[in-house]
Amino acid sequence: MFAYAASLLAQVTLEPFNRPAIDWHAVAPELVLLAAGALITIIDLVGLERVRKLMPTLTSFAFLAALIPVLTLWSQEDELPRSLFDGAYVVDRYSLVLKGLFLLTGYVIALLSTNYMSEGDYYDSEFYQLIAASILGMLVMSSSRDLISIFVALELISIPAYLMAAWRKRDLRSNEAGLKYMLMGVFASAILLYGMSLLYGLAGSTKLVDIAAALSIGESKPLITLAIVFSVIGFGFKVSAVPFHTWAPDTYEGAPTPLTAFLAVASKAAGFVALMNVVIVAFPGQSDVVEPLMAVLAGVTMTVGNLIALRQTNLVRMLAYSGVAQAGYIMAPLAVYGTNVDRVPSAMVTYLVIYAAMNLGAFAVVIIAARKTGSAEISSYGGMFGYAPGLTLAMTMFLFSLAGIPPAGGWWAKFELFRVLTDGNRYLGIMLAIVLAVNSVIAAVYYLNITRQMWFLPTPDGDTSRIVTPPALQVALALTLLVTIVSGILPGLVSDISGSLQLALP
Amino acid sequence: MEQSFLADYGITLMVFLPLVGAAIMMMVPGKNEEAHKTIALATTVITGIIGGWMVVDFYRLGSAKWSELSYLIDRPWINIINARYTVAVDGISVPLIALTLLVVPLVIVYSWNHIPQPGNTKAFLMLTLVLHTGMLGSFVAQDLVLFFVFFEVVLLPMYFMIGVWGGENRLYAAIKFFLFTLFGSALMLVSFLALYWVTGGTTFNMVGLAEAVQSNDVKLSTQVLIFAGMFLGFGIKVPMFPFHTWLPDAHTQAPTQGSVILAAVLLKLGTYGFIRIAIQILPEASIKWAPWIGLLAVIGIIYGALGCLAQTDMKRLIAFSSVAHMGYVMLGIATMTDFGLNAAIFGMVAHGLITGLLFFVAGSIKERYHTLEIKRLGGLLISAPRMGWILGLATMASLGLPGLAGFWGEFPAILAAYSPQEGISVGLFRVYMVVAAIGTVLAAGYLLWLLQRTAFGRPSEEFENDPAITDVVPTEWIAWVPLLALIVLLGFVPGLIFDMTDGPVTVLTDALAAAGK
Repeated sequence: MFAYAASLLAQVTLEPFNRPAIDWHAVAPELVLLAAGALITIIDLVGLERVRKLMPTLTSFAFLAALIPVLTLWSQEDELPRSLFDGAYVVDRYSLVLKGLFLLTGYVIALLSTNYMSEGDYYDSEFYQLIAASILGMLVMSSSRDLISIFVALELISIPAYLMAAWRKRDLRSNEAGLKYMLMGVFASAILLYGMSLLYGLAGSTKLVDIAAALSIGESKPLITLAIVFSVIGFGFKVSAVPFHTWAPDTYEGAPTPLTAFLAVASKAAGFVALMNVVIVAFPGQSDVVEPLMAVLAGVTMTVGNLIALRQTNLVRMLAYSGVAQAGYIMAPLAVYGTNVDRVPSAMVTYLVIYAAMNLGAFAVVIIAARKTGSAEISSYGGMFGYAPGLTLAMTMFLFSLAGIPPAGGWWAKFELFRVLTDGNRYLGIMLAIVLAVNSVIAAVYYLNITRQMWFLPTPDGDTSRIVTPPALQVALALTLLVTIVSGILPGLVSDISGSLQLALP
Repeated sequence: MEQSFLADYGITLMVFLPLVGAAIMMMVPGKNEEAHKTIALATTVITGIIGGWMVVDFYRLGSAKWSELSYLIDRPWINIINARYTVAVDGISVPLIALTLLVVPLVIVYSWNHIPQPGNTKAFLMLTLVLHTGMLGSFVAQDLVLFFVFFEVVLLPMYFMIGVWGGENRLYAAIKFFLFTLFGSALMLVSFLALYWVTGGTTFNMVGLAEAVQSNDVKLSTQVLIFAGMFLGFGIKVPMFPFHTWLPDAHTQAPTQGSVILAAVLLKLGTYGFIRIAIQILPEASIKWAPWIGLLAVIGIIYGALGCLAQTDMKRLIAFSSVAHMGYVMLGIATMTDFGLNAAIFGMVAHGLITGLLFFVAGSIKERYHTLEIKRLGGLLISAPRMGWILGLATMASLGLPGLAGFWGEFPAILAAYSPQEGISVGLFRVYMVVAAIGTVLAAGYLLWLLQRTAFGRPSEEFENDPAITDVVPTEWIAWVPLLALIVLLGFVPGLIFDMTDGPVTVLTDALAAAGK
């Protein structure tokens, strides 16, 4: 028996495994973050309570350290795009901009969490490790051009987020937030996997370029359509597009606020990156299916999101629904990618960059204000101008930016969307541009309502003591405010970086 | 040397100095009110000196240069859409810039002891300075995207000024003001983008677009549609009937300073936009729209006048009179003639000075009487004779008495309607002319009636021996005398403005005449 097995083994001639050549520089950001994350975990295990206070700082450093290889890669522009693993993993300017965005977002999230976590008596070390893991998934996502790595990245992003959403252990709402998010997320993953398996069945490969080639000669249109619809729906959950948005408000409200900021900005952006990668690289010839789907999703998402946001009385819920609406805006360029594919990535990335700054800023204000009022009810912001003029001014800037009113950055982000949509004079694009314009006015109403509370109305409980802003939150506020204002006054600076991005084909 | 400093930095410095002042104020703690007033005043005075230097220098360039863009600064701004930081002035914008440079310091002087409730001098004056930058920027911008940004920047401080320092009903007025203007400017932006694409997507420069529209042979129907978007954006700002409903609310609720700036400068952004952008870039569409503009203008004149007659509140009455006066300005523009456009620009400046002064006086009356209800006022000439005379002079100027500035805005506009530009129905405009002339009679009616009920007669019993009712105080004198002097000066020497505007206006009307044929 044993001899038989041995003889069988002897018959198998093992191909010697040849490790594919790896461009170590190209994957350096991911490796640095991985190493730093592991190091933080070890330090935590060894140091226990003594190092607890250091965790946020160390995590911030990890993000900034990972930013260095991103910059060195950017500086060697001649060697871009760098393609690894037979084209499954591509480092180009597009992915570098996104990696920079994700790392900086991670940095701001760490700053936002510092006081929230240490004062709230949470398990804080693990929280930072999970954030780092999730951001690592986003870095991978930016470069993935393969179904497998996209799926792995997506799960690496999501699973830590499920845990963190339920971080406030003894809080019923937080438990609800985590459970709801996880159930919905797993459901979405299942749908996405089904779509991916159909794509694999059609193409016989998981690489996006191969899928594109196979789909362009494929005859079975119904099957292709089904595969596309399922994969798009899978990502639709991640970016909280209507009608797959129902998890967002409850999760946002129940989760710890820094995590809500994380979900609203980073996690959503990662969903869009996945959507862009798949749609632009894998479905270039399928615009007849994807464009109408995207147009309907975008139009419905922005309208429903805005209309429900109008009725919110809790600022975090309002930001959640406004985030749903913003997802509709960001998605809009994909409705015209068939003709304007050159402009779509830049418009979407520009929006994501400015959106990250203004939305993180708004959440920073929510966190700071909650330190005094202990509430995120919109009415609790009454009269803030009287006792916290600086904070009020900052929040006003963020809200006007979200509403798209100059000189705050949001106007340029929206301008870029309009430019893509109206270019080429396409019926679909112009209709969507009009829907977007009308939605901007609707959205202005509820953003203005907050400024109305802060500037015009009296303080509800008469407590006009000063708000103390701890240093970490000050830095976060200053950073986001700076980006929001500068990108509005000198949009050229943003467009120099995110202006002419292409998804490099391997 | 002088020349090159002005040419290289003059406009940029003038536009952004107020922002620098606001930034400095941000550093100073809010308790130190005197410091804030001083910084704000110093900033606007320095801005005024630089701007005034430019205005004088521009005047000395001589009439040949007045129709050209001077002190042009042209730098790359947003390369990806070919939007540039292009600023310059010409004979059309200089009078309005001068008006802005004058009014804002006066408002700050007036604020010295008239900070409206609920106080907070620091924030109030900072907003005024931001407003200053936005207004100056709108008048010098030669690029549509740049203009749009400045045009929107104006919106925010005014929204807060009304909402925080306004009257009883300020929340409603502030939101209404904001949403109306936002709606208009959203459509305006869509028009700008459409213009950009139909001309090939190469430039947002106003002059460049005007040439591109001609050379690309843009279809008239497209032009007319694009004009419609601008029409809404600017028409709401002016405001023209039927988009005027935000104005009486905003004016009545705004603090005095806000009303003055709103009336003196902000409304002009709309009419200026018509001349500078809509007419300059789309002359053919302008001719097509002229009858409609004229119609809404004369409706505005009559409606505003009738509205005035129905008012019981002095401030609201002045606000409605603005609707009527801007109607004359728009009528002048609608004729699309040299005469009419010159009158329109003069009318903007004159209305700015006169209505600004009226709002100042109304604010001071309100402060003394704690009411502006016309019924309860009376006998101002007895209780505060100097203020009564100033009110008298301002109302006389407002109703268009010859010898005062108001006359030169109204009379030529009506006259111009007698023979509008080629391609526009003469008969229709003669009807407009008659209606507008009736409007002047109504204007005399409501203004004299206002004067009679507030200034003449004896003070009512409740205010007869009220010690709070004092005559004009020094800060008021400083704020009002320049306005009074200019109203009289421009009344006697209207050429100061007409000479300057005529050159650039002729360039516009040549294009309009060509388009009308």
